[in-house]
Amino acid sequence: MLHVDSVEASYGAFLALSGVTLEIRAGEIVALLGPNGAGKTTLIRCIAGLLRPRAGEIRWDGASLAGVAAHRIVERGIAVVPEGRRLFATMTVEEHLDLGAFAPHAHAGRAERLEEIYAIFPILRERKRQLVRALSGGQQQMVAISRALMAAPRLLVLDEPSLGLAPRIVESILGVLGEINRRGVSILLVEQNVQAALVLAHRGYVLESGRIAGEGTGAALMNDPHVKRAYLGPLALRL
Amino acid sequence: MTRTSSARTSVRSRSAYDGFPEHIRPSMTLVLQQLVLGVLIGGLYGLAAAGLSLIFGVMKVLNVAHGELIMLGGYGAFWLFALSGLDPFAALVVVIPVALVAGAILYWGLFGWVVRSHEETRIKNSLLIGFGLGLALHAAAVLLWTADERSITTAYAGSVLDVGGVSVPLVRLASLVIAFLLIGGLHLLLDHWRWGRAIRATADDWEAALMTGIDVRRAYLVAFAIGTALAGAAGTLVSVGYSISPSIGLEWTLKALIVIVLAGLGSMLGTFAGGLILGVAEACSAMVFGGPYREVVGLVIFLIVLVARPQGLFAK
Repeated sequence: MLHVDSVEASYGAFLALSGVTLEIRAGEIVALLGPNGAGKTTLIRCIAGLLRPRAGEIRWDGASLAGVAAHRIVERGIAVVPEGRRLFATMTVEEHLDLGAFAPHAHAGRAERLEEIYAIFPILRERKRQLVRALSGGQQQMVAISRALMAAPRLLVLDEPSLGLAPRIVESILGVLGEINRRGVSILLVEQNVQAALVLAHRGYVLESGRIAGEGTGAALMNDPHVKRAYLGPLALRL
Repeated sequence: MTRTSSARTSVRSRSAYDGFPEHIRPSMTLVLQQLVLGVLIGGLYGLAAAGLSLIFGVMKVLNVAHGELIMLGGYGAFWLFALSGLDPFAALVVVIPVALVAGAILYWGLFGWVVRSHEETRIKNSLLIGFGLGLALHAAAVLLWTADERSITTAYAGSVLDVGGVSVPLVRLASLVIAFLLIGGLHLLLDHWRWGRAIRATADDWEAALMTGIDVRRAYLVAFAIGTALAGAAGTLVSVGYSISPSIGLEWTLKALIVIVLAGLGSMLGTFAGGLILGVAEACSAMVFGGPYREVVGLVIFLIVLVARPQGLFAK
């Protein structure tokens, strides 16, 4: 479904990704792990079309995404929940969800999708007329995820959805990702919370200094002492 | 109530202040008269600023030729009136769509290139393009209409509403109402129209807007076209209640900038209020310090707001 093939990307002279190759198949949850500065967010920006790879190729349904405008990538079925949520400060919950279905393909079925989302996150229905800044961090993350889901994606990409949230909230949000996946949406999950991510994910990749340093099933990665020690850093102590 | 008045300086009470220079004689009627005139021109300041604020807020591009676009809007209405006798208020129906298209063309031809550059260089590039465009439009206007000052004098141009001794020129009152309606309409568009929301999202965080599936370039185009249309409308109203000449552009750009700094970005109704405040403040300073200081107060406000509340009075 999504093929990232030997992608190199740089910010000016700084090479952030060098030869990253990974794949996400239909129906999968794939975790992308790695320390800060490893290039995880850079890879997501490449997939979203915000940053163009210097070399290599990203293919979606077999077609290259090179030269496809970022908003068209959303139309093709990839929606991103960005790091830090990036909600619109002056807008209500409802306006976010409405904008999420902005792309023409998503516009048609938006009423049913809205109902689905309210079923997953009932609190958002109660809060729909409130500005997002009045919401708690967990609720804001729900809005960010819901905004992406309103675009009717086939692949949902999440960049550190648990950042800054209480463990209980993280658990419930990750649980919801499993539910979303069962409804047929593939997921690429970037997570600092390694254990939770690997329990949820079918497979995982470890990114380090812009390279793929390991890959495997969730269980395999979790039990790989080399991966633990070398790439998960202090977090490995918790595994 | 309605009658025609030409030179009508409303100084009535002549008591303890006889002998004072006329501009500081605090006749209540005079004060009210000046305040009313301040509010009336303030509405146009607000309208002039709304277009510039929209473009600046969304594109992070400062179009310093905005005043020249206002000037052209004024000449558009003037032309329609002189050549075909079209009423200037009715001319809005022509000027606004034409300005909308002109805005789209300006975006495609000039400002669309600026937004391709990095956000920090946008302002600088847009200043260069704006100054160049302003000069070109000014020169073109001199060629087309000469440097003479003009205004549209309709049959009802001198009509005033007399409210307890205070004269309210009807044409300017109508302009204020229209300015308010246009800004209110823009406010509703930004709140409820699909592309209005897309414009707000883009203004807030254009990358997040892209990731939401919004064609950000299209949002820029729509915002620029609407901003230019508002400039055209403002120009039309200026030409009917006040006067226009090819050189008014810079003055109007400055007024608009002061209002934007005063009101802050993000709220169109706040921008309108900011315009009214500037108009009233100018009127007050003209009364207290004399006419020549009218222009100074805006710059003083500019500085005070920048120091005390840099985000503006009504910024969200």
